[in-house]
Amino acid sequence: MTSSIPLSAQLINLFAAVILLLGFAMLAQRRMLSLINLFALQGFCLFLATLVAAVTTGQVHLFYSAGLTLALKVLLLPWILHRLVRQLKVKREVEALINIPTTMLVGIVLVMVAFNVALPISELSHTITRGTLGIALAVVMLAFLMMITRQKAISQVVGFLSMENGLFLAATSATYGMPMVVELGIALDVLVGVIILGVFFFQIRDQFDSLDIRHMEKLKDN
Amino acid sequence: MDFFVLMLAIPLVSGALLTVVGERDWAPNLNIVASLGTFLAAVGLTGEIIANGPRFAFGEQFFIDSLNVFFVSLTAFVGLTTSIFSGPYMKNEREHGRLSVPRLRLYKGMYQLFMFTMLAALTTNNLGILWVAMEAATLTTVLLVSLYRTSASLEAAWKYFILCGVGIAQALFGTILLYFAAERVLGESGNALLWTHLIDVKGSLEPTIMALSFIFLLVGYGTKVGLAPLHNWLPDAHAEGPTPVSAVLSGLLLNVALYAILRCKVLADGALPNGYAGNLMIGFGLFTLLVAAFFLSRQKDVKRMFAYSSIEHMGLITFAFGMGGPIANFAGLLHMTMHSLTKSAIFFAVGHATQKTGTQLMEHIRGLIKINPLIGWGLMLGTLAILGMPPFGVFASEFMILTHAMKHFPWATPILLLALGVAFAAIFGKVQPMVFGETTAKRLPHAPAMTPVFLHLGIVLMLGLYIPPYLTRWFHEAARMLG
Repeated sequence: MTSSIPLSAQLINLFAAVILLLGFAMLAQRRMLSLINLFALQGFCLFLATLVAAVTTGQVHLFYSAGLTLALKVLLLPWILHRLVRQLKVKREVEALINIPTTMLVGIVLVMVAFNVALPISELSHTITRGTLGIALAVVMLAFLMMITRQKAISQVVGFLSMENGLFLAATSATYGMPMVVELGIALDVLVGVIILGVFFFQIRDQFDSLDIRHMEKLKDN
Repeated sequence: MDFFVLMLAIPLVSGALLTVVGERDWAPNLNIVASLGTFLAAVGLTGEIIANGPRFAFGEQFFIDSLNVFFVSLTAFVGLTTSIFSGPYMKNEREHGRLSVPRLRLYKGMYQLFMFTMLAALTTNNLGILWVAMEAATLTTVLLVSLYRTSASLEAAWKYFILCGVGIAQALFGTILLYFAAERVLGESGNALLWTHLIDVKGSLEPTIMALSFIFLLVGYGTKVGLAPLHNWLPDAHAEGPTPVSAVLSGLLLNVALYAILRCKVLADGALPNGYAGNLMIGFGLFTLLVAAFFLSRQKDVKRMFAYSSIEHMGLITFAFGMGGPIANFAGLLHMTMHSLTKSAIFFAVGHATQKTGTQLMEHIRGLIKINPLIGWGLMLGTLAILGMPPFGVFASEFMILTHAMKHFPWATPILLLALGVAFAAIFGKVQPMVFGETTAKRLPHAPAMTPVFLHLGIVLMLGLYIPPYLTRWFHEAARMLG
């Protein structure tokens, strides 16, 4: 039956699957710099998927969207994060709250949930990329799991950015991307957000001598 | 000159300017003048809308009708009074050594930019831009919450960023799904996220997609409204940030987030006529109201307690809009106005009280009325107003919500009464000894600005006794737009 699926759709599905695998890899990765590299790789796969969709459909704004992904998520953000990690000296391995095999199992369950939620919707879609909507939602959920289980502030931010990757994949797969003005706005927000967080990390480190968010569990209702 | 362009340009330009010159002696005055300019432009815009009806701006990207112009004028007004309040408040903080000069600059610049993002979110016609502006509103306030650089304020700001970031990511997914549903009807033009186009075709949007989309939008923007169980960031951010920031977060940002939900609800109602969106909002609203009411009595920090009170009122308003219909929508809009004015007035009074006593712990704040009767009475009257005592306006809106609930949703009445009663007991019991009793307060180097407090409470009192007919008409029209 594979012959009935066009090559471009197969390529996009392949890249989407790699993005999902990278989501799992990030969930398991404890070293900070490797985590950022995985994030950059995920962004690169997103770029390739968007590019294939752009070439196949000839939609001009998808080319811009792909360019934006390449500039922001593959080059600029990983570069900023690398600098932050070096300046803040957080090379140490991060201790996960839950051990890695358990996290992976939870991740698999989340992926199944995501596919079931997305199934009725992707059947309504007419784009060549519709199969990837479930994958996109799964990437969002894996990133969410990563934010919950990690202790270091930087890995939470990488999780947050990975969630944004999943959302962009969803936008591309369901509708060939959002209108250009919205995509630009989102990109601007993400960039400003990371810069503000960069400032914020230094404030946290100066105050706590560490970027471990376990120090930040004092505010409670009692 | 176009009032709308002025209204967006003034905070943007002055925000940029104040980040450069914000440490000068005249900077607080510039902050006030800019806010006054924004307010006057908003008043001009409101007059224009009342006279000529809805209008577009910048092509079709911005759209102002009687619903959002009402939020615009409220936002600009509270923005102005907060800037007046923050003048002496921030000077006192500087004298106490809690804030350095660069941080004052950061505060003023970010304050104006925050006003800009909220006004943009309120007036945009594009649901994608609405999302962008909401996220930008979070970003401008993260560094304000952590302004004191204490470990508690850093923790609060971190929680604020992460929780609202995750929440707003859900809202983005909801927006993508909405776009997906709209594109099937409106085609692949840039119009498929424009609210004025969506409203025309709301009946033919795919129900399956809209149902899922609205859940994501409600949970996402609901995080910013402070709906339980996603409200955890709110008390921390309100308690640890500077008081002017607490006042605008509570009085304005929550409203803007709720406004975003309302716009989406109108679309969801069109696609799903069985009251699905309304029922979800009723459920979330009641749950939030109950959770907040029972957390109120456990609070020790005064700003934290009033933050929980904000969550409680947001729950009540969400419930009112969930019921829907002209009366409940009218009551919801009225309650939003009353809550904004009253809660910011309370935060102003609380801000000066905590400066005078040097603590936010309620057990150490005593006898405010002896050292400064204005602050004491301001806090007491504000508390009575927010608790829904007649003749204040909150009573009128709460009464309307309650009677409407009794008629159409009788099962919800005991829950509402229980929550309101528990909240009353908790707050009144704690505020009363703070105002009366032996004093612990001291003199401040800069006299507090109490005009905003009594201005707000005066308006709330007036609206409780008498709502001018043009305002009633305006509320009715806005309520009708919500269906």
